[in-house]
Amino acid sequence: MPKITFVAHDGTEHVVEVEAGTTARDAAVDNEIPGIDGDCGGNCACATCHIFVADDWINAVGKAEPESIEAELIQFADDYTENSRLACQITMSDELDGLVLNMPLAQH
Amino acid sequence: MATQLADIADLKSIPVEDINVAQPAIFAAGEEGAWFERLRREDPVHYCHDSQFGAYWSITKYKDIMDVEMNHKVFSSESSLGGITISDPEYMGEDGGLELPMFIAMDPPKHDEQRKTVSPIVAPSHLQLLADGIRERAGEVLDELPVGEEFDWVDRVSIELTTQMLAILFDFPWEDRRKLTRWSDVATGSPESGVVESWDQRKQELFECAAYFQKLWDERIKGQPAKDLISMMAHGEATKNMPYMEFLGNLILLIVGGNDTTRNSISGGLLALHEHPEEYAKLKADPSLIPNMVSEMIRWQTPLAHMRRTALEDCEVGGKLIKKGDKVVMWYISGNRDEDSIDNPNEFLIDRKKARQHLAFGFGIHRCVGNRLAEMQLQIVWEEIMKRFSHIEVVGEPTRVFSTFVRGYSHMPVIVHK
Repeated sequence: MPKITFVAHDGTEHVVEVEAGTTARDAAVDNEIPGIDGDCGGNCACATCHIFVADDWINAVGKAEPESIEAELIQFADDYTENSRLACQITMSDELDGLVLNMPLAQH
Repeated sequence: MATQLADIADLKSIPVEDINVAQPAIFAAGEEGAWFERLRREDPVHYCHDSQFGAYWSITKYKDIMDVEMNHKVFSSESSLGGITISDPEYMGEDGGLELPMFIAMDPPKHDEQRKTVSPIVAPSHLQLLADGIRERAGEVLDELPVGEEFDWVDRVSIELTTQMLAILFDFPWEDRRKLTRWSDVATGSPESGVVESWDQRKQELFECAAYFQKLWDERIKGQPAKDLISMMAHGEATKNMPYMEFLGNLILLIVGGNDTTRNSISGGLLALHEHPEEYAKLKADPSLIPNMVSEMIRWQTPLAHMRRTALEDCEVGGKLIKKGDKVVMWYISGNRDEDSIDNPNEFLIDRKKARQHLAFGFGIHRCVGNRLAEMQLQIVWEEIMKRFSHIEVVGEPTRVFSTFVRGYSHMPVIVHK
């Protein structure tokens, strides 16, 4: 099963192992990883599962599709960068085993 | 002819097609729950062909509301089309109607730029800086309350705390802060609500608001950029050259957004605990439930009962064909009681699972920008209440606001006990 490392804003690492097909948002919320709120339930509607994909992983994960709902929402996230994604839009697979996602100070 | 006030009492006898839920008197009576329950069951996407606000669609189910929220390319917020409330300038009489552009009532791309200008004031990093001050002032307000004698919770606590917060965000002259309360009430008020005597009076008072802020703006623009909302807008690229009505519109947005909403969640949360003593007992036993309780209080109160959109093209929602130009009202208060999306929605449960999944902040690009500030204010006020009082009793029937938009209380008599 693929592993994800969520790195909190203070550097604390949380590693979770999930079934392929699980979203990174559900991986965090279901395992009570602090720092991912996911208020809309994983429907790409609230932008409270904002994460920064680690540089080494951004090509494998990909950036938010231009003009997608995700791109429209994520532009409002605090400290938005090129590596910003919504965790609900990242589906885990064996290819993403070892994925590292950095978290913002808090969700907004 | 759609139903009018006389029919409130016999809801069951009204044919569903004649239901008009957008009557302020229904909300003032606290009766809206039964009306929405019937619409959700019998006709969840409902067309009302005539009301004091004209014809409109009611969207009453959580998932349908989400679909409209997320489809902002079809469902416009644009102020010139009527904006974001069921009551638009057309229904404010010949002289009283004001079309106020504001970023909540804009579509992209202009919405996006203006929202980004003010968003940093409610970003997590800034909230951390505000937290200690909020706690200190909440403590002062609570310490001044008379113990063991009746007073109005709305005025002494809910209004005072939210008005202070807003004064800080604007860096507004402290001694004049209740002007903000008044302008907030006036902006969402109407002659029939009693807040103003005429639409013209409303307009005049809002122009006084604009004139007051103009002076502050002129001072701030001469100074260095500072972390207050006026300075941020005065120096922000997307906002520094706003036309006059857009300047007033955005001020009203920030005043109402930061005032009426949290105010009514503070009052409504207290009432909910009073009416559910078993939940209060849970809170006493475990104050670490407060953050979860705050989300539940916001769902329970839903301080803005609706947001409105205007269809830019024909579109199907929940099996009904909404036509281009139609007025579409998303009833958050109904979606937040939708049994198909929320377990036991008519129960107030401070330890509810997935309490954050509610509609009260809206979803999509217009989702409440101040949501985390609101939650923080509510958390702090409840933490400070628990340190001071054993029990707060609501000792009389609260007075509800006469509005289909602001869902809240203008008066709530209470007694606090040490």
